[in-house]
Amino acid sequence: MAHGTGHSRSTGIAVFVALVLLTAVTVLVSYVDLGLMNAVVALLIASVKASLVALFFMHLKGESRLVWGFALVPIAFLALIIFGTLADTMLR
Amino acid sequence: MSGHTGEHADPAVAFESAKLGVWTFLATEVLLFGALFTAYTVFRMKYPEMFRAEHAKLDRVLGAVNTVVLITSSLMVVLGVDAIKRGKARLLEACFGGTILLAAVFLCVKYVEYSAKFHHGIFPRTNLFFSIYFMLTGLHGIHVLLGMGLLSYVIVLSRRGRLSADYFTPAEMSGLYWHFVDLVWIYLFPLLYLIG
Repeated sequence: MAHGTGHSRSTGIAVFVALVLLTAVTVLVSYVDLGLMNAVVALLIASVKASLVALFFMHLKGESRLVWGFALVPIAFLALIIFGTLADTMLR
Repeated sequence: MSGHTGEHADPAVAFESAKLGVWTFLATEVLLFGALFTAYTVFRMKYPEMFRAEHAKLDRVLGAVNTVVLITSSLMVVLGVDAIKRGKARLLEACFGGTILLAAVFLCVKYVEYSAKFHHGIFPRTNLFFSIYFMLTGLHGIHVLLGMGLLSYVIVLSRRGRLSADYFTPAEMSGLYWHFVDLVWIYLFPLLYLIG
């Protein structure tokens, strides 16, 4: 099970560079007034960054379907909680 | 199944079980932070003008600096785990030491930010935005502290010669937790500092 390689190091550094660049982009975009699109762009960039961290740093990419289930089910529940609560508070 | 002198009867199975255990814990963490994210979403939709005005009081440059600090700390964890997989214990200790140092930098910046807010008379009770800001960043800060403790424990294990290319489970598992702490901040930063 031990297999540290130069490949995993270069992938790690590439992901790191992408994360720093995406942080710079999201900060720069926040200075431009796009109205509602500001929130959409910021959340999209955050989700790309979060996916990079999960896929490569937490190596979800090479994991079994079981681990993918453990990773995705709580996110589905979170969406359910947020939309369920909104449905209540916004339509009350 | 028996007669081994190692840590576990079957190392591969033990490693997979530990991993599932950590992912299960992280699932509960998603929902712990999720409750606060839900509060954020509900109140942001209810009081958009207030959130817009209040979030401008946060320093987005300091927030961005802290984002880069945490991303770098995560890279150090990746390099540390990779090092021990190649049997390089000293390199693992150096990398995890770097992560702990960066975590301390993160908390120092957070301290400066909190102090500035208190100085300007902004407290958790000031308004809904800052209640949520202090709750979310405070809870996240506690996770950073816990992570520093976990990573220190891994360094102690390594110094005692307990970790090797054949057994690096504690390094891998605390690394998973640390990446999650980074992941939470990746959402906190834009939600609180950039779009309020």
